[in-house]
Amino acid sequence: MNAAGSASAGRSPATGSSRTLPKLAVAGAPLLEVDDLRVHFSIESGTVRAVDGVSFRLENGEALGIAGESGCGKTTTALSLVGLLPANGRIDSGAIRLYGIDLVPKSENALRRYRWREISIVFQGAMNALNPVQRVVDQITEPIIERLGVPARTARKRAGDLLELVGIPRKRGGSYPHELSGGMRQRAMIAMALACDPAIVIGDEPTTALDVMVQAQILELLEDLRHKLGLSLILITHDLSVIAETCDRVLVMYAGRVAEEGSVDEVFRSPRHPYTQKLLSAFPNIRTDKRTLAVIPGAPPDLRHPPPGCRFAPRCDFAMAVCTEVVPPETAFAGVRVACHLYPAGSDGIPVTKPTADAIGATAPLVEAPLDEPPLDIANG
Amino acid sequence: MTTQPLTEPGTGRGPSPAAGETIVSLEGLEVHFPIRTGFLDTLLRRQHGVIRAVDGIDLTLRRGEVLALVGESGSGKTTTGRVVVKLTRQTGGTVSLDGRDVSTLWGVGRLRAYRRRIQLIFQDPYETLNPKHTIREFVAEPLVVNGIGSAAEREERVLAALESAGLRPAADFAARYPHELSGGQRQRVVIAGALVMNPEIIVADEPVSMLDVSIRTELLRLMLDLRAERGLTYLFITHDLSLAWVIADRIAVMYLGKIMEIGPAEQVIRSPHNPYTQALVSVSPTPEPPTPGQRAKRTILVGETPDAAHVPPGCRFHPRCPYAFDRCRVEEPPLFDVGGGQSAACWLAEGGRSLPVLPPRPEAATIAGSDAPSATTAGGSPA
Repeated sequence: MNAAGSASAGRSPATGSSRTLPKLAVAGAPLLEVDDLRVHFSIESGTVRAVDGVSFRLENGEALGIAGESGCGKTTTALSLVGLLPANGRIDSGAIRLYGIDLVPKSENALRRYRWREISIVFQGAMNALNPVQRVVDQITEPIIERLGVPARTARKRAGDLLELVGIPRKRGGSYPHELSGGMRQRAMIAMALACDPAIVIGDEPTTALDVMVQAQILELLEDLRHKLGLSLILITHDLSVIAETCDRVLVMYAGRVAEEGSVDEVFRSPRHPYTQKLLSAFPNIRTDKRTLAVIPGAPPDLRHPPPGCRFAPRCDFAMAVCTEVVPPETAFAGVRVACHLYPAGSDGIPVTKPTADAIGATAPLVEAPLDEPPLDIANG
Repeated sequence: MTTQPLTEPGTGRGPSPAAGETIVSLEGLEVHFPIRTGFLDTLLRRQHGVIRAVDGIDLTLRRGEVLALVGESGSGKTTTGRVVVKLTRQTGGTVSLDGRDVSTLWGVGRLRAYRRRIQLIFQDPYETLNPKHTIREFVAEPLVVNGIGSAAEREERVLAALESAGLRPAADFAARYPHELSGGQRQRVVIAGALVMNPEIIVADEPVSMLDVSIRTELLRLMLDLRAERGLTYLFITHDLSLAWVIADRIAVMYLGKIMEIGPAEQVIRSPHNPYTQALVSVSPTPEPPTPGQRAKRTILVGETPDAAHVPPGCRFHPRCPYAFDRCRVEEPPLFDVGGGQSAACWLAEGGRSLPVLPPRPEAATIAGSDAPSATTAGGSPA
């Protein structure tokens, strides 16, 4: 995998070294493989099964988007990957294999070898994640010295290189976080995540608090870094448009489970799972003439007492008797993976009961017609 | 946790209020905040310049319409909203309600009648609601403060407001505390708190940006249904141009304290006449993977919005504008009428002209490969 030429050739602009795999790496193993991950949180009123049987893979150089609404388990999944779960959370079962090395049973000490150096994470609020009383360049230098064991001077130079790489002039590195704009701070966070030259960078809502224009700049930067450094990206977001913009594959989560997974082109153009369909049509799309938004009635389930069967069933327009009783297995076809009883094993992607146009189009028009124009054609379908 | 029945599922829009007369009008509105850097400055009323949060805008709100005020952070959209509800004092210009100048109307007592007619909804339902107060207490508060009605009448109005906001059974919700409600329900409570005064105008500052998309639509539908039922008028403040396009009749785009473009929603999105609007439309996120052609057409502006203490001379957008020419650097363009009720503050729009065609971004075209056939029409109307 290391010898996969193109990916490692452009790596490490600052150190110029090519990637050496951890000693325990299994030859031929995929970059990252998450297998039936289950994460539980203990709270006063019971156990929250935040992630309940999630599996996925990340190949070298790939960008995977994990989408879902609050409480779907996407951030918990991300935190599990870097071993940063809060104190009341634990991985109940499952495996997280990096180059074939299972990280789940590793001690905190052993994990340190991998966190930041192999997998790093960019958090949402750059304001809260940066130390307000330390210069930005020092905040990047410190972990380089500590984790890579290089002399201070080399580390400082690398920190400067990283800042330039993410579009912050080297001399601005001497600023304190409050002296930088929101977009600049998020760039600094990205530089920090790149400090130890990781193979995988996870972005947890990396652009959520930013203005659209700054968001466009940051997404362009991530795209650019991915090509330059051969990074693999995991982008966690509630905003499907961010994933449409930057990712190769998308994993849609609902209430702790995978609803649908596949290439961005396939999933966005022909969503199979009823939740994916609804979620996609709940976003306005300025490039179409459909000024309609879908309503998803109800609320996500309480994960202390999730409903049996499919967790989306209570809100689903196509729910059948089986949906409320049996957990839908994941079915794979045409490069996608769907957990829905409409697509039983061996399905070719045609739902067993044809969803009526009426039901899909439950995107009742939100707006009938603009004021000064003839009514728009807002036919559903 | 339950499905809230919507007041009227189906069309959100009532009778078209196209001919709505002007209800609120802002003329030459300015809000300049003095910069004082320390205690001594404050004491001596010494200032080091001004932040020109709102820098001379004319805006009318017509009865029954949804006017979206769209802009990035620092554009002055929130300050404008606060002036309309009279929470922030303007430093110049006038505010009129029903043609009557209310610019000098200040003081809690004198504003009482005004505030009954105009209510504000904030962004964050988690911060708006006091965790120690029941929903009943929150919704009844404006009635109590204004000394309206007897206890029984208040209760009746509170329940009616909760019901209108889709919280049923209202009596059950009234007895609850905020922590017992979901995010969507909390925002409904905030709406009920505004409705209880029977206002005519609601200024909604990012009312749905904290909510999950699946909940967002229901709230927007509720707001539009309420307009149909009660003839409400909305000033809808948002950073999200796509959302504005879906729910508003008219869109006003703000940048650094000025209105750059205003007009019917569809028209502003389809044929923007101001380069800033055009750039915003081109980068507005959509839930579909962009084609190489669309990528190439995108105008990602360099840099960030300057701070409002250092407004560039001439057209304030010129340092970031891909079309800027000499005149833009020295002379600020007024809003030019470009037809169909749309106007744009850009020298290129003078006489109602359209924006010229920009060449596609070279780097984007390279990434996308050579197949960028439609890339020559820079972000314009899709015919």
